[in-house]
Amino acid sequence: MCLAMPVEVIALKDYPSAIVNIGGIEKEISIALVDNIQVGDYVILHVGYALSKLDVQEAQKTLALLNEMIKDEIH
Amino acid sequence: MKYISEFRNAEIAKGLAQKIQEAVDPNRQYALMEFCGGHTHAIHRYGLPSLLPKNIELIHGPGCPVCILPIARIDYAIALSHLPKVILCSYGDMLRVPGSDQYSLLKARAKGADVRMVYSIDDALKIAEQNPSQEVIFFAIGFETTTPPTAVALMQAQAKKLKNFSIFCNHVLTPIAMHTLLENTTEPSPNLDGFIGPSHVSIVIGSDAYKNVAEKFQKPVVIAGFEPLDVMHSILMLVKMINAQEYGIQNQYTRAVSSTGSTQALKLIEKTLELRDTFEWRGLGWIRHSALQIRKEFDAFNAELRFPLNIPEGKEHKACECSRILRGVKKPQDCKLFATACTPENPLGSCMVSSEGACAAHYAYGRIS
Ligand code: SF4
Repeated sequence: MCLAMPVEVIALKDYPSAIVNIGGIEKEISIALVDNIQVGDYVILHVGYALSKLDVQEAQKTLALLNEMIKDEIH
Repeated sequence: MKYISEFRNAEIAKGLAQKIQEAVDPNRQYALMEFCGGHTHAIHRYGLPSLLPKNIELIHGPGCPVCILPIARIDYAIALSHLPKVILCSYGDMLRVPGSDQYSLLKARAKGADVRMVYSIDDALKIAEQNPSQEVIFFAIGFETTTPPTAVALMQAQAKKLKNFSIFCNHVLTPIAMHTLLENTTEPSPNLDGFIGPSHVSIVIGSDAYKNVAEKFQKPVVIAGFEPLDVMHSILMLVKMINAQEYGIQNQYTRAVSSTGSTQALKLIEKTLELRDTFEWRGLGWIRHSALQIRKEFDAFNAELRFPLNIPEGKEHKACECSRILRGVKKPQDCKLFATACTPENPLGSCMVSSEGACAAHYAYGRIS
């Protein structure tokens, strides 16, 4: 029920509809809950609605932090 | 998939496990509650307990919306589905949840009720538009994640002046449930050292929404993403906070959660829904101001007003331990029906229905360990 996932917006249709790519499958979703969505944005999709944009910079930062933290552990 | 697979990297997970091992104080126990069923699911799916030191105990919380809905509300939905000319729509899991005497919406459908599973509330709106001579009722459930779509649907139903669409509203609130769990009641409650905090609920309400509860009970809460690395990272953050006797909120899921949440979603909720005086939760009992109801301005779309029914008190399966599991004081294996009479194909309690339910997650991934 609460499962939600990041998906890429590949086209905007009549507001508030947009098309996203879910692992190769296209699906129409609603973007009524998030402002200023552009093609190429990643959004968190939940029960047919984009709940928020995914902040790509923050995602990279978290990954970089994790890599940095474990650097001394995996050698 | 991008932004998913990177957060499932096994090498980094092992590195994090090592870090957690180094960080824990071997002389104490760490009881961490993952509030959300989504985390319960991820923890079991990726076998995270086997990566953690023995003195970290993960306790499942009540954050599975399918699980916490009391039987009387399921019975109400079933009774709605049997009314003449009604099409009852809901999210998939709800169809299988057993009500009183193990009767479910799926069984109602087998008896001729028009019960439909929808992916999104927008589908229910479409069904209403396509079937003007039928009454379409959406059985709305969920925490703050599924609430904004319900709010949007209410606005749309009003704008389109739909006459045959209504919502049976069962939306519940997260921070107050944490509060109830931590409060010392007469019921036994687990001793928790910290919370792995909700991911997607927090997108909507923001990480600040847990501040009061964290401060009042002096507990650390780490808002955690849903992928295995997110959970491991959050556990490490919690262990460090607990060691330093720190309480309050930290946010691990910065790629989606802000401190204040989604202004747009919150505004829509405020416009369409309001606090209920009280609402019953399976396992936690009646909690004041713990759920939402449809505002007066949207009375025309309120199924409880349009179809008022007297529902007798619900009857749980006598041996089902869901209530205690949802409070974190029992585990699925403690229930004598677990994996014998009760399985995901034939669930006897709500925790065996949704993949986020503790019993279903243990059944699918956890029985061997
Ligand atoms: S195994 Fe089934 S009957 Fe037992 S607690 Fe879980 S859901 Fe209830």
